[in-house]
Amino acid sequence: MDDHILEAHELEKHEALIPQADWFNRSETLQKLRKNKKFPTIWCSGCGIGVVMGALIRAIDHLGLSNDEVALVSGIGCTARMPVYMDFNTLHTTHGRALAFATGLKIARPDMKVIAIMGDGDALAIGGNHFIHAARRNLGITALVVNNAIYGMTGGQYSPTTPIGGRATTAPYGNIEPPFPICELAIAAGASYVARSTVYHALELDKFLAEAIAKDGFSVVEAVSYCHTTYGRFNRLGTAADMMRALKDNTIAQSAYERLTPEEKAANTKIVRGKFLDVERPQYTVAYDNLITRVQGGEK
Amino acid sequence: MTVQLMQGNEAIGWGAIAAGCRFYAGYPITPSTEVAEILARELPKVGGKFIQMEDEIASMAAIIGARLGGLKSMTATSGPGFSLMQENIGYAAIAEIPCVVVDVQRLGPSTGQPTAPSQGDVMQARWGTHGDHPIIALAPVSVRQAFDLTVVAFDMSERYRTPVILLTDEVIGHMREPVELPDFSKIQIFEHKVTEPPEEYKAFRNTPDGVPPLVPFGQGYRYHVTGLLHDELGFPTQRIDEIDPWLERVNTKLDKHIDQITLLAEDAQDGARVGLLSYGCTARAARHALKVARARGLKVDMLTLYTIWPFPEKQVEAFGERLDKIIVAEMNLGQLAYEVERVVGRKKVVRVTRANGEMVTPQMILDAMEG
Ligand SMILES: Cc1ncc(C[n+]2csc(CCOP(=O)(O)OP(=O)(O)O)c2C)c(N)n1
Ligand code: SF4
Ligand SMILES: [Mg+2]
Repeated sequence: MDDHILEAHELEKHEALIPQADWFNRSETLQKLRKNKKFPTIWCSGCGIGVVMGALIRAIDHLGLSNDEVALVSGIGCTARMPVYMDFNTLHTTHGRALAFATGLKIARPDMKVIAIMGDGDALAIGGNHFIHAARRNLGITALVVNNAIYGMTGGQYSPTTPIGGRATTAPYGNIEPPFPICELAIAAGASYVARSTVYHALELDKFLAEAIAKDGFSVVEAVSYCHTTYGRFNRLGTAADMMRALKDNTIAQSAYERLTPEEKAANTKIVRGKFLDVERPQYTVAYDNLITRVQGGEK
Repeated sequence: MTVQLMQGNEAIGWGAIAAGCRFYAGYPITPSTEVAEILARELPKVGGKFIQMEDEIASMAAIIGARLGGLKSMTATSGPGFSLMQENIGYAAIAEIPCVVVDVQRLGPSTGQPTAPSQGDVMQARWGTHGDHPIIALAPVSVRQAFDLTVVAFDMSERYRTPVILLTDEVIGHMREPVELPDFSKIQIFEHKVTEPPEEYKAFRNTPDGVPPLVPFGQGYRYHVTGLLHDELGFPTQRIDEIDPWLERVNTKLDKHIDQITLLAEDAQDGARVGLLSYGCTARAARHALKVARARGLKVDMLTLYTIWPFPEKQVEAFGERLDKIIVAEMNLGQLAYEVERVVGRKKVVRVTRANGEMVTPQMILDAMEG
């Protein structure tokens, strides 16, 4: 197993996102949280989204970015509520459109770090078109997709990442639609950086997010999470802690996966965690700046 | 500048450049595409940026994002694309992000007749998105006015922090007229000035004039923008005591400046009992009918609306009070006539409408005068 695997202590942290908790004011990283926003969050206690928020804050902190140079853009859903809690330039938009808003913002301010935070439905159902086109353009945006394989906010309808057979309020007899592999989709569409981890492997998420944000190109981090109050309940997957444990048991690090025999690979049902792509491609805003120079009579 | 033969759509493109628009996002659609083509060519020359998005939903989203990044922004489209933009127009209205949306109307509904003119989006421009919100829509009657009203659209969108719809039509968009554009360097667009330090800044403050200044992202003023009902800081709220003042401010902010927003031309004649009311391309037919009628010795008034929304109630009411009959001519089945009827009463209004792709003719209006 990988070095950066964490024990599931992140859950406690999540529950501690309450101002009264005395570590709240002590924690350096949590300087990035908004003090004037009333906590606790809207998330169900035990939800994995809080872990992703923690990882994002640590990644930004690790990169030494100032709060002013970071913009968080989200769509609609439980995941998309994340930006409001953090003290950056935050834009909570319409369902599915985070990347389209982020496109305008990034083009206007290429110097800013623009991070689009989306759920699986937000990014891949209603926002699927924007996702592939933002990747194709290789805009310097980080797409953080929290994949809980369900529409959490609207009460548990199946999403484009719900596994076949999974039950949802709109798939009462089990889902018959094959799921989208988010990372493969991003790679095929033209992203520069693609990685996947889970809310159990929080330190790995920190690392991938820091790399993704530092990347000058379209970067995608899929954070596999869970929704115990809808999907977990409908499919008898137990408590939040049980679902967290399942992420530990049912995932495999890419390094371990690579060592499997072809037969073992074919039989593998575990989610592979790792960095799947990290390449240099011309970034859109750089290409556009070159175009301006050329049109105005300069070289480039 | 010299006199040039120019299309309405071209004039809109130049109006945007003159107004300081430095970001355009759009998706091609007849009869608006020339606006995009001109800006794709001209924006990089002035350091601006053009992008062809994957659809109109994305285009509308991108211009809002770019304005938050500090660039004045515009998109242009026609009926089907305008329909797709509605959700994010509503977003711009409640998040109070300035932007200009050009709708070169074509015949609908649905794909309709892509190359045929229409004025069928009058109500969509007002009520196309869900919920109550303020909006400004301006309708030019000539190529030169397409330029002028584009500049005015940018100014109003900044001044009142609202999306502004330039509600033009295929006739104005594709028609060529000789125009002399003004010196761009003399054009001044409203600029937001913020006096308070970042700690005290409230992006949605309840100011007396209803329009709090907007500071772009990335300048030290960190705040939250959302399409949810929000408080003065932009944070979502469900508290009635926070929602009510916000609703009140946003939904009355245009009323506070209604005289500056209302643009129209009145051509009154002593002793007239009949009046013509029109806008956009149809106002040209109505003006012709007016000339013919007056030459025949009839006494006729005319009101041409350039500001369609907010509807110029005060002026239309006065128009209705002094006349017995008001002929409303438009290329739809009576969309603006609803408003005129609401203000002056149904009995006085005669509708001259057409929605088959052919223009309302001066003869149709003359017939209505005599009928
Ligand atoms: C245009 C539009 N359609 C539908 C909705 C309703 N809606 C809100 S959130 C959501 C799904 C959210 O699922 P996901 O993106 O996976 O986020 P999660 O809540 O699971 O984090 C839907 C369908 C909406 N807000 N807007
Ligand atoms: S509904 Fe599901 S995804 Fe949403 S906050 Fe609750 S547990 Fe998390
Ligand atoms: Mg989801």
